[in-house]
This record gives sequence, C-alpha cells and structure tokens, in this order.
Amino acid sequence: MYDPTVARLTYRALLGRRRALILGALPLLLIVIAVVVRALTGADDQTAVNVLGGFALATMVPIIGVIAGTGAIGPEIDDGSVVYLLSKPLKRPTIIFTKLIVAIAVTMVFSAVPTLVAGLILNGNGQQIAVAYTVAALVASIAYAALFLLLGTVSRHAVVFGLVYALVWEALFGSLVPGARTLSIQQWALAVAHKVAGGDLVTSDVGLPTAMVLLVLVTVLATWYAGQKLRALTLAGEE
Amino acid sequence: MAVEQPMRAPVTSSGDQTRIHNIGYRTYDGPRLGRAYARRSLYSQSLRGAYGLGRSVKSKVLPMLLFVVMCVPAAIMVAVAVATKAKDLPVDYTRYAIIMQGVISLYVASQAPQSVSRDLRFKTVPLYFSRPIETADYVRAKYAALASAMFVLTAAPLLVLYVGSLLAKLDFADQTKGFAQGLVSVALLSLLFAGIGLVIAAVTPRRGFGIAAVIAVLVISYGAVSTLQAIADAQNNTSAIPWIGLFSPVTLIDGVQTAFLGATSAAPGAVGPGTGQGVVYVLVLLGLIAAAYGLLLRRYKKVGL
Repeated sequence: MYDPTVARLTYRALLGRRRALILGALPLLLIVIAVVVRALTGADDQTAVNVLGGFALATMVPIIGVIAGTGAIGPEIDDGSVVYLLSKPLKRPTIIFTKLIVAIAVTMVFSAVPTLVAGLILNGNGQQIAVAYTVAALVASIAYAALFLLLGTVSRHAVVFGLVYALVWEALFGSLVPGARTLSIQQWALAVAHKVAGGDLVTSDVGLPTAMVLLVLVTVLATWYAGQKLRALTLAGEE
Repeated sequence: MAVEQPMRAPVTSSGDQTRIHNIGYRTYDGPRLGRAYARRSLYSQSLRGAYGLGRSVKSKVLPMLLFVVMCVPAAIMVAVAVATKAKDLPVDYTRYAIIMQGVISLYVASQAPQSVSRDLRFKTVPLYFSRPIETADYVRAKYAALASAMFVLTAAPLLVLYVGSLLAKLDFADQTKGFAQGLVSVALLSLLFAGIGLVIAAVTPRRGFGIAAVIAVLVISYGAVSTLQAIADAQNNTSAIPWIGLFSPVTLIDGVQTAFLGATSAAPGAVGPGTGQGVVYVLVLLGLIAAAYGLLLRRYKKVGL
C-alpha cells in the first residue's frame, strides 16, 4: 500500500519550489508571536490557550493542511503529468494512500512541531496545554490532509474549496451557527485536546466519542473515495 | 480583386512564362485605435473576467457565489430593520466589510491569480506587449480592473443597506453620511487588497499556489494581529493595540476609518488610533498601495521579454 518512489516524488513536489517557503514561514511566524507574547506578558495559561487555539489550531493548521493536501496531487492533475504516474503498474488506491501519508507527514511536521515549540515557549507546558494542542494539531493534520487530498482529486479549484471550508465554514459559520461546529474538524481535534488537557481551559462543543468516530469516518471515507476518483480520472483541458 | 497584371520581366530567357500575380493583399487603412483603446479593452476584459463574464460557466460559479454571499446578510439586515421599524441599521456601513472580510479575502485570493497567473503560465504576456501597450498600461489596467471588481463586491451590499435604510425611513442625512464614509472606506480597501493580491499572484504562474499564498498573507496576518491585540487588551495594555493593528490589511483599514471616517474600531475594547496615529495609518496605507504598484511595474519590466 506504500510506494517509496511515489512518496519521494511527492515530497519533492511539496517541499521543492516556493511551497516550502510558505510552509516554513507560517510556523516561524507562530514561534515569533509566541516569543513576543511571552516577552510582553510572561507565562500565562489563558494567553497560551488564546494563541494556540486562536492562531495555531484555527488558522495555521487548516492552511498548511490545504497547501499540503491539495499540493500533493492537485498540480500533477492540473498540468497533466499525473498520466505518467497512472500509467505505471501501481494500484490507484496505493498512489492515493502514499500521497496521503506524505501529506499527513508534511502537515504534522509543519503544524504540530511548531505548536509544541510555541506552547513550550508560552507557558512551559503548564497544565499540559502545549501537549494538548500538539495532539490536537496531529489529529487535525490527519483529517485535514485526507479531506483536502480528496478535494484535490475531485476539483480543479481544490485550493479555493478547501479554503472556503476552513475559513467560511469553520471560522465564520462556526462562530455564528453552533450546529456547524459539530461538523468541524477543528472542534473534533479540540475534543481530543480537551481529553488530554483535562481542565476547563481547552473546551470543545463535541463529545470525545462522537469526535473520534467522525474523525476516523472522514479520514477513511475521504481516502477511499479519492482512490475511486483516481481510478476513473478524466483529464480535462485548461478552461 | 485578383487583378492579373502581366508584367514583362526584363532579363528572362523564356519570355511570357514568368509573371507576378497581384492577388489582392491590401494594407490596413482603417482607424488605428492606439494605446488608450488597448488599455481600455484590457481593463474591461479583466473586469468582466473577474466575475467570470465571457468565460466558462464553471468560472462564473465562485465569483457570483461570493457576490451573493456578500449581499445576502445586508438584505437580511434591511428586512429586519424594515420589519421591526428599528431606529438604526444593526451594522454600521463602515463595519460591514470588516465583518465580511473572510469572503472578501477569498474573492481577491481566487480572482487575482485568475487575472495574472494564467497570462504568465501560458506565456501570453509577451503577446500583450507586442501590441501598442507598455508595461505600465498592462499593470494599470489589471490593477484598476481588480480594484474595480473588488469595489463592486464591497460597495454593492452597502448600496443594499442604504436603499433599505431609506425604505425604512431612517434619517436621510445621517444615512447618506454613513454611506459616503463606507464607500470611501471600501474604495481604500479595494485598492489595498487588489494590490496585495496582484503582487503575490504575479510572482507565480501556478494558480493554486497563488490562491494559497494570497489567502495565507491576508488571513494569517489578521489572525496574528488580532491574537496579539486580544492579549494586549487582556493585559490592559491598550496603548499598544493601535500600533499592532498596523500589521494586517484589515486592521489597517479599520484604523483609518476609525480615525477619519467616524467608524467604531473593531479591535478588542474598541480601541482605535487617534488622529496622530491615524496619520501614520493613512501613510502606511498609501505607502502599501504605491509599493504594490511599484513592485508590479518592476515585475513586468522583466517578464515581458
């Protein structure tokens, strides 16, 4: 199910070029903010929750997920070079699975690691906040990567739709319509973080069992459906 | 028109067998429309393209959808205001764009690369410059087109609010003043956002990457700034809030309209810049717009050749 050559090519597509710049700039910004905040206010649990929850998990993880998830397959389909990959004797679900692993790994490295570092800078992992948000970022990475990889195979405008989901659905509707939060990867990840942190600092609108079931369901379904889409991929010309 | 004109070649050995046929090619003697016309055409094509007009149905979906999403909340507010006979609209004209900034960011992120990245990717930029237009014309036309498209997007809901407020018989002078202030604010916002979007999009020929880069700059800067502002507010360090606001496009616009256009700041604790800081805000805003224009000019100096 895992093909090292496909993985190597995908890593190069994701981390080569200028993509790596954006991918690296976001975590750097988070750490800079963490340092500035710590210098200004000192260690404070509520502040750490604000920065990690408001900036790291709500903004940074989805955007890195979009870039890594759609970037793992989108450009190849876009410029048609995916046919060379598809014409090799590899099962299409294997290709998707490999690309998913790579996208998850990249998202995790660029989102969870800086989250942990920022958390340690902000309050030295007081009340397990840094670890809780790191776990949330890890869990969210898996679901986001799977979902946005699927979008990459479904639509040529995957980046836009991914951002619409991350910004409009999770941020805007999530803050206006409480029901929308049940269907939000961010809230599912927060449910896991709530379990890890234990206290009342990290809260979620979704119960842990529901969140876990939905997380697994979304990841598996998205991966399976992406494999199906790739099996019957039609290469369309540029509009 | 193919008039045959037999011509005798002076030094042929075979006599009548050699001929030149006039097959009727004619030089163009119609009006030459020139540089200004080409620039206007490029502007109108780009403006139409920003809403998907004259392009495929698929590319109409997103801009039209975002346009509708921008206007629907305004229509709902107006309906509520009319039905409840409210004394005032639930949202200020100047605040509306700040609330809907996510939609505006998505619009500029999707349409700025659409406007310039494809020209780079398919290497059609040199074809533009083979016409009478020059680098500055291309940049001006594209910049003006995207800024106009953004102005349409942001001003339309304000118009809905204004017409609705008049229908609800709110105070005419008061509403007109608010509407005018809102229009100035969204005009500045359109120029700033279009500039930022185009500069980033013009660097990359890949549309998807351009979209991600534009949205990352707009959203991440706002996320970082509002997080820092919230923390400064929680620490009762209110004098720092306006200075932090200088570092993201949305809070920049918010600061300018708080200082000069009678708006209430959307920053935590409603702490906006005073007149002194407001001047700094305006200078930064104008500097950014000028810098965007300059960077675009510089970019297209090279890319056209």
